[in-house]
Amino acid sequence: MRRWLPGLLLVSPSIILIAVFVYGLLGWNFKLAMTDKHDEIAEIPGNFVGLENFTGIWSEERWGLSVRHAIVFTLVFVGGALVLGWFLAFLMEKGIRAESGFRAVYLFPMAVSFIATGVVWRWLMNSATGEHAVGLNRLFHYVGLDFLQWQWFRDPDWGMAAMAIPAIWQMSGYIMALFLAGFRGVPEELREAARVDGCSEWGVYRHVVLPMLRPVTLSALIILGHISLKVFDLVVAVSGKQIITDVPATFMWTAVYDSHDPAKGATIASYIVLSVAVFVVPYLIWDARKGKRS
Amino acid sequence: MRRRWMAAVAVSVAGLLTLSACGGGDKQEGGGGQAAKKVEVFSWWTGPGEADGLKAMREIFAKQNPNFEFFDAAVAGGSGDQARALLSSKLQANQPPDTFQGHAGAELQGYIKSGKLESLNFLYDELKLKEVFPQQLIDQISVQGQVYSVPVNIHRSNVLWFNPSVLKDAGIDGAPKTIEEFITDLDKVKKAGKIPLSIGSQWTLVHLLESVLLGSLGTDAYNALWTANADWSNANVTKALENFKTILSYAGSPQDDWQPAAKQVADGEAAFNIMGDWAYGYFHNPPEGGLGKESHKDFDWAASPGTDGTFMWLSDSFTLPKGAPNRDGAIAWLKVAASKEGQDAFNPLKGSIPARKDADQSLYKDYLSWDLEQWANDKLAGSIQHGVVANDQWRQAITDAVGLFQQDNDVAKFQQALVAAAKNSGQ
Repeated sequence: MRRWLPGLLLVSPSIILIAVFVYGLLGWNFKLAMTDKHDEIAEIPGNFVGLENFTGIWSEERWGLSVRHAIVFTLVFVGGALVLGWFLAFLMEKGIRAESGFRAVYLFPMAVSFIATGVVWRWLMNSATGEHAVGLNRLFHYVGLDFLQWQWFRDPDWGMAAMAIPAIWQMSGYIMALFLAGFRGVPEELREAARVDGCSEWGVYRHVVLPMLRPVTLSALIILGHISLKVFDLVVAVSGKQIITDVPATFMWTAVYDSHDPAKGATIASYIVLSVAVFVVPYLIWDARKGKRS
Repeated sequence: MRRRWMAAVAVSVAGLLTLSACGGGDKQEGGGGQAAKKVEVFSWWTGPGEADGLKAMREIFAKQNPNFEFFDAAVAGGSGDQARALLSSKLQANQPPDTFQGHAGAELQGYIKSGKLESLNFLYDELKLKEVFPQQLIDQISVQGQVYSVPVNIHRSNVLWFNPSVLKDAGIDGAPKTIEEFITDLDKVKKAGKIPLSIGSQWTLVHLLESVLLGSLGTDAYNALWTANADWSNANVTKALENFKTILSYAGSPQDDWQPAAKQVADGEAAFNIMGDWAYGYFHNPPEGGLGKESHKDFDWAASPGTDGTFMWLSDSFTLPKGAPNRDGAIAWLKVAASKEGQDAFNPLKGSIPARKDADQSLYKDYLSWDLEQWANDKLAGSIQHGVVANDQWRQAITDAVGLFQQDNDVAKFQQALVAAAKNSGQ
């Protein structure tokens, strides 16, 4: 009796499910994206048109805008959550009192869904200014910082940066937990050795701790990156399906359900998958190599 | 070893069983000769007012059809976004509900073209509905001589809501009659330090656009935009879009949706708001569902500028999908929806007027009596945002163009986008 057979049998239901419902449907989606089925309801199969949809979509203004929005959102969200998460972990690492209490508080937002976060922040980021202001703008008014009032997510240029704020709020606690584990994983002996060699406390971080955090940073980057590129629920909860905060995922929704154009929706979905793959595939390769080495 | 094997087999068998269980099911429906047969009525009427109206119609249905059982398949979500997404997947799978709600007009065209709906001409003939619905309404919802839906109610889109005291403070003595007067008045309000025009999220701008187009172009030219040889590139449309730009420049900061925008008018922060007549219920109803304001005093209304004498309509209607599991039940429901009794039960609660000309006028008070009078006498034009004149694809293209215009304010580009939208609509 072969030793690997029971194991294989045990995982086979999950392999079959994933093969059909993840990779099978992924393939089906790519196939649909390469047809001219631009009508959802009519029962036409759609002819193969190659990459026509993939190139054609770039001439649409809305697509360019949504890609730009996704990039701004990703940069601000990933950067913000990494920096804030790292900073919180850095503070915690010093072994403050009631550390577990703080850790729990920072982690709490993780338990909230993006929809709930979005509903609350929609109110906080109300764009009215001056005497009609509510939410954060009102707060600025109370403390005499009226010049800080702005349009938030309705700002045509930097609106998506405002959209990233709730996402940062939600995810930075999780990133903190990742970094904290990373910090704790650095052996005290190494730090001691650095100190003995005359390294300043900052130098210890700069030359010893930070390089050892690289794997953690990479994981955090991938987790945040893939959340960011397919963001949908947060955007819909904050602003609905408005062009001003359009991202590829909301564009996909309107393409499929409002304009009834499955081929276009599938094209956008393909681009989202590809952009996430850009993050994930190198990581998998790197991970596999590392596994082999050790 | 042996035990590990057994466990593995057991778990994988259990897994496969779960898999196959998903494929089964759905077999029991439709059976049973004795029990009342279900009629699945699919709508998005779940909010206050509309759900009450549906219930009133449902009671009439139950009384007239003891052998059918009404099954409420309502999907929550204003304007039916979620409901329509679910519906199209049901129709695609050829598992239609017995009857479903849709905006009367072009919104149904996709379904009609792909043969998902039955023509209702036989029902119109049987009930002599062509005599009780206005001729223009029948014309505007017919596709090649066939009618595919039964309108239950009529809403008006081109209504200008305003706050009389804000207008008085700004030195304006009445609702503006033309677009030019409107712009002058907006400017006066601005000088008086109030928000001239309140707006909501993106779709409320499409709603505003349809009123501005109608007011600038006039009824015939507006209606011609939706015919086969429509010309969206002419100078009159340019002028209308310039008006739209000027009017938007007086708008306050966009609110989350139409209610907060209407509330700015009720609270005296803003002077004007252009919104459909569902806003009346919000202004007027007691505080649980509305603002409890008094009409003609706290708020007032008029035809939106330049559109007096034209009724821009939209309508909720019911259809008969091909292959409805309970066709007779669906027809029985359509008969209730088309009847005077059904429409008079539904509409006062929903805050709309019946599509029939012979409604009991005493049931419709205040705004609704004005509405009913206009409906009887006005020329008709169809709404864009609410699915009358443009099919879904076209409407979405217009919505996108408005959203992009909101960012760059480029009229020439806006007009090009609208020309392209008309060309690519496939309508």
